[in-house]
Amino acid sequence: MTTRTIKFSIYRFDPEKDAKPYMKDYTVELDATEHKLLDALVKLKVLDDSVSFRRSCREGVCGSDAMNINGKNGLACVTDVDSLKQPIQIRPLPGLPVIRDLIVDMTQFFKQYHSIKPYVQNDTPAPDRERLQSQEDRKELDGLYECILCACCSTSCPSFWWNPDKFVGPAGLLAAYRFIADTRDTATNERLDNLEDPYRLFRCHTIMNCVDVCPKDLNPTKAIGKIKDLMVKRIA
Amino acid sequence: MVNRQVVGAHYGLRDWLVQRVTAVIMLVYAVAIVAFLVLAHGANYAQWQQLFACGWVKVLTTVTILALLWHAWVGLRDIWMDYVQHIGLRLTLHVVTILWLVSSLVYAVKVVWGA
Repeated sequence: MTTRTIKFSIYRFDPEKDAKPYMKDYTVELDATEHKLLDALVKLKVLDDSVSFRRSCREGVCGSDAMNINGKNGLACVTDVDSLKQPIQIRPLPGLPVIRDLIVDMTQFFKQYHSIKPYVQNDTPAPDRERLQSQEDRKELDGLYECILCACCSTSCPSFWWNPDKFVGPAGLLAAYRFIADTRDTATNERLDNLEDPYRLFRCHTIMNCVDVCPKDLNPTKAIGKIKDLMVKRIA
Repeated sequence: MVNRQVVGAHYGLRDWLVQRVTAVIMLVYAVAIVAFLVLAHGANYAQWQQLFACGWVKVLTTVTILALLWHAWVGLRDIWMDYVQHIGLRLTLHVVTILWLVSSLVYAVKVVWGA
């Protein structure tokens, strides 16, 4: 790939200066070594240092640079900039309050995550060494533990947009199932009780936006289905 | 069941199951009616009246109407829960929905079981 010009239209909002948000156009020159959307945004920040966004690891592990890219949530650092239609429309994640430009307030998202108690609970006496799992039991956690909490899924979910204070959201529910499926956890019943509510779990109407956008190719809808299965089995 | 906690309203699972079970009932009834229409080559008024004079057809029809109305209640309430945040408006919509569904039931029973 040679040097090329990339056109952007970026959501700007500074609550201290702007009465309301607006879109601003930018043009960035990328050289042959720059491939990802984040490379372009970092370069753009050199041109206009007032553009604000979060980023850290730049390799799809920290989940900081989740944003709405041409209408679809994703991580800027793992998105190939040349695959995007120009001008590339960049907006903050939908449904969360905007702090400034592309930075959103994730409080509600993490509140829901904490509500499912995202840690192994086990009230049996701790063994001398670690609690062991068989390889098969460990396999159950594949596709669940990899979540980086970037919030791409929850902020693409209409149920989370309408009821972010009551619906746990796909990220929280994927994490809930990660601990329900963990053989070292003994709190499965309490976890299912915690979700057996018309809002917390059952606002999911299986539209699968979460699966569509997940940058780690995880499947929260499947995890939600497994939670429902366990609830049915519990009363059967 | 041990270790149960008091959290939230515990009718989430019940309503979710109800929606699926009632859907199956409606499907079975729909297939039966379509089968009758195909076998009777469209069915004229007399055949149609004869079918609905049958006791078990009346019972099955009533069960299906109940399933339909219960299904509609869960679905409509879901819509109000999703989109209507104003408590007063939502309560009004719930009451209107219940009134409408109950009067539909009364009317349907009158039609199916009436002379």
